[in-house]
Amino acid sequence: MNDQPHMTVRSYILIFLVLLALTGLTTGVAFIDLGRGLNNVAALTIAIAKALLVILYFMHARYSDRFTWVIAAAGVFWLLILLGGTMDDLITRNLLPGGQYFTP
Amino acid sequence: MNSAAAPAASDALAARAHQFEDAEQQHHASWLGMWVFLATEVMFFGGMFTCYAFYRAGYPGAFAAASNQLDVLLGAINTAVLIGSSLTMALAVYSAETGSRRATVNFLLLTILLGAIFLGIKSYEYHEKFVEHFVPGAAFRFEGPFARPAEIFFSFYFAMTGMHALHMVIGIGLLAVIAIKARRGRFSPAYYTPVELTGLYWHFVDLVWIFLFPLLYLVGRHL
Amino acid sequence: MNGAPREHYLNVDYGIRSWLFTTDHKRIAWLYLLSLTLFFFIGGFFATLIRIELLTPQGDLVQSETYNKFFTMHGVTMIFFFLIPSIPAVLGNFLIPMMIGARDMAFPRLNLASWYLFMFGGIFTLAAAAAGGVDTGWTFYTPYSSIYSNTHVVLTVVGVFITGFSSILTGLNFIVTIHKMRAPGLTWFRLPLFVWSHYATSIIFILGTPVIAITLLLVGLERVFHLGIFDPARGGDPVLFQHLFWFYSHPAVYIMILPAMGVVSELIAAFSRKRIFGYTFVAFASLAIAVIGFLVWGHHMFVAGESVHSAMIFSFLSFLVAIPSAVKVFNWTATLHKGSISYDAPMLYALGFIGLFTIGGLTGLFLATLGFDIHVHDTYFVVAHFHYIMVGGSVMAYLGGIHFWWPKMTGRTYPEPVARIAALIVFLGFNLTFFPQFVLGYVGMPRRYHAYPPEFQVLNVFSSAGASILAVGYVLPLIYLVWSLRYGRVAGANPWDARGLEWQTPSPPPTHNFDTVPRVTEAAYAYDKEPEEVYEFGSSPSRV
Repeated sequence: MNDQPHMTVRSYILIFLVLLALTGLTTGVAFIDLGRGLNNVAALTIAIAKALLVILYFMHARYSDRFTWVIAAAGVFWLLILLGGTMDDLITRNLLPGGQYFTP
Repeated sequence: MNSAAAPAASDALAARAHQFEDAEQQHHASWLGMWVFLATEVMFFGGMFTCYAFYRAGYPGAFAAASNQLDVLLGAINTAVLIGSSLTMALAVYSAETGSRRATVNFLLLTILLGAIFLGIKSYEYHEKFVEHFVPGAAFRFEGPFARPAEIFFSFYFAMTGMHALHMVIGIGLLAVIAIKARRGRFSPAYYTPVELTGLYWHFVDLVWIFLFPLLYLVGRHL
Repeated sequence: MNGAPREHYLNVDYGIRSWLFTTDHKRIAWLYLLSLTLFFFIGGFFATLIRIELLTPQGDLVQSETYNKFFTMHGVTMIFFFLIPSIPAVLGNFLIPMMIGARDMAFPRLNLASWYLFMFGGIFTLAAAAAGGVDTGWTFYTPYSSIYSNTHVVLTVVGVFITGFSSILTGLNFIVTIHKMRAPGLTWFRLPLFVWSHYATSIIFILGTPVIAITLLLVGLERVFHLGIFDPARGGDPVLFQHLFWFYSHPAVYIMILPAMGVVSELIAAFSRKRIFGYTFVAFASLAIAVIGFLVWGHHMFVAGESVHSAMIFSFLSFLVAIPSAVKVFNWTATLHKGSISYDAPMLYALGFIGLFTIGGLTGLFLATLGFDIHVHDTYFVVAHFHYIMVGGSVMAYLGGIHFWWPKMTGRTYPEPVARIAALIVFLGFNLTFFPQFVLGYVGMPRRYHAYPPEFQVLNVFSSAGASILAVGYVLPLIYLVWSLRYGRVAGANPWDARGLEWQTPSPPPTHNFDTVPRVTEAAYAYDKEPEEVYEFGSSPSRV
């Protein structure tokens, strides 16, 4: 981390432009009906792509040690545990008899 | 034993932190510490994202109707502003890393400016929502069958963007402190850790918004 | 060495400022020890009120609303302001740098900030108690907590919120310290199991605590701004609150037990004079408990309205999480086999832990069983289960650890005969208090009620009698440990002839822990070797 910077000014600007383009893309695509819930998938996919660019390049995760990756991955993974467990409850409320409190 | 770079800075560094063996250990420990802190922030915001996902799955129509009340243009502009501030932040770290004191200060100030613009636009949006009676509570009014869940949408809109804005205010405070230190020549290629760590924090705040924008502003826009 | 009194971390500086502005992890541990002792007795005070009320079937001591405040304050104080910080903040802070051969934690100032946050949060909560208390239960279930309760919910959740950041910073410090500051030769699999268990605990601190922080914040926001996010009348779902609450609060119980298990590993090894059997399994079991512990929170919600599908998954995973705990119990027992056992007070606490934790853990499996839980949910069976683990487990391990490391921390030994008697009193008092509660729950006595049918009185009287004995057992160490500070026999560096880096430096240690950087050449618990064969204190001075 004390030698040559890993990225050049140009590469930072390039990433920035890609991020701007993805922002435009997600905004534009939102107004088009992609059918069958694909709008949600598209929005999340683009957001994840933007996030990866920020994490890998702006935050230098690409050039960092493995433990940094583990920490970042752990944060995301644990959030998925919380989301998964909570959403599993909600979407299976009518699956088996007995759990019918909050029906959307 | 000391790192090969400017001895004066790293000696000053080593004198500052007696528990470490050398500057490299201190730098890496600080770097890891900030990443661990950001992992806690993922879970902190994540709790609200979970609530949001839960209710959006439960009330898809209401959330679409409520989301359509938000100003997409302002939201998109704000997204661009914040991404721009991430660029200036990255360039500030780069400048510190390559020893350009002036550039470091300027990019930090630019980042603050863009952050302030973001908050300004956000305040304007909040004001609009207040005028339109979309602030949850006694004064909330929403036409149509979706009134109750729409209030839940707006509760999370304000809670999530409000918490995000609070983090930005803190970030701007940190940036100001770092900018003052940079101006006083406290950083060099051998020691710019505070700039780097502030950068990590600022990028994280950008990351949260990268998810907030589509999740709050772009629901059911195609309907 | 030459007549002048030796300088160590306690006498290097005097005065209140040298304590309140210290960055020495050992002094910070003492700050925590004192404040935690205070909170323990405050929580005990509320427990006393509960047990007095429950001496008679009628609700005749206080009104039900007041009783609700008693068990709420008991739970909030004991869980957030005693159990969760206890071993990590006192023993972890004091010992981890020493056990890994470091001069201090990675972030000493953050360490001090942790304590200030803890105290700041504690003040809010005590203020809430003084202003009239909270009656929601420590679980703050909505919509009662968020809308209908007329007590000081906001003050209390603000206090818990602030204290949560104390936990987060402690966990952050532990993780970075253990990763980056181990002495030369101290590889991961040479670490004491105490360090492994604190590392696993720190994972929970980091990834769990923020969730309760945001959850309590949302409850506070709902109260203040009259939102409806958890109010069924306005489209909200109280079960969502419970998901968020228990996502942290279940792993929180592993925060309370993992450090205790770490202490027990150290005590069993020292007082059997043997390496821990299956060291690697025990180390990985700590990690497994931390990770799997995040997957089981829904077992608190079996009858709350979560889906049956969800309940079944959580039930299965709850069975799974018992396995690594069982591995540890087996391995401790195997360590005892053919060991050279001595029954000093710390060992009595450790042996008590193994028995009581096993009972508590097994009854946890009963509760994880869906069908059984339907009958005993919200009864005293649950109360008995978690007290067996938290009190029979964690508190006993905490006391055992305080006794074991007391000579290191103070340079004095405590009076062993009195300590053994106190340990026995604690064990007897504990069982008399809580075993009857298993029976009470099984025959149907609900929890959180200040009145009960007359046929339950006998068992309740046993329980309250046991509580008074337990109280004696807890007050005794307070007295003789303080006594020992002045009158106890002066301790050498290693009064137990234990292994571990913390015993290779004087008692009390110098501020910077070691005069020269140690090098480690053997795995932990090398009781078959002399310390000189394990640790090399070479010539490279540790930089002050």
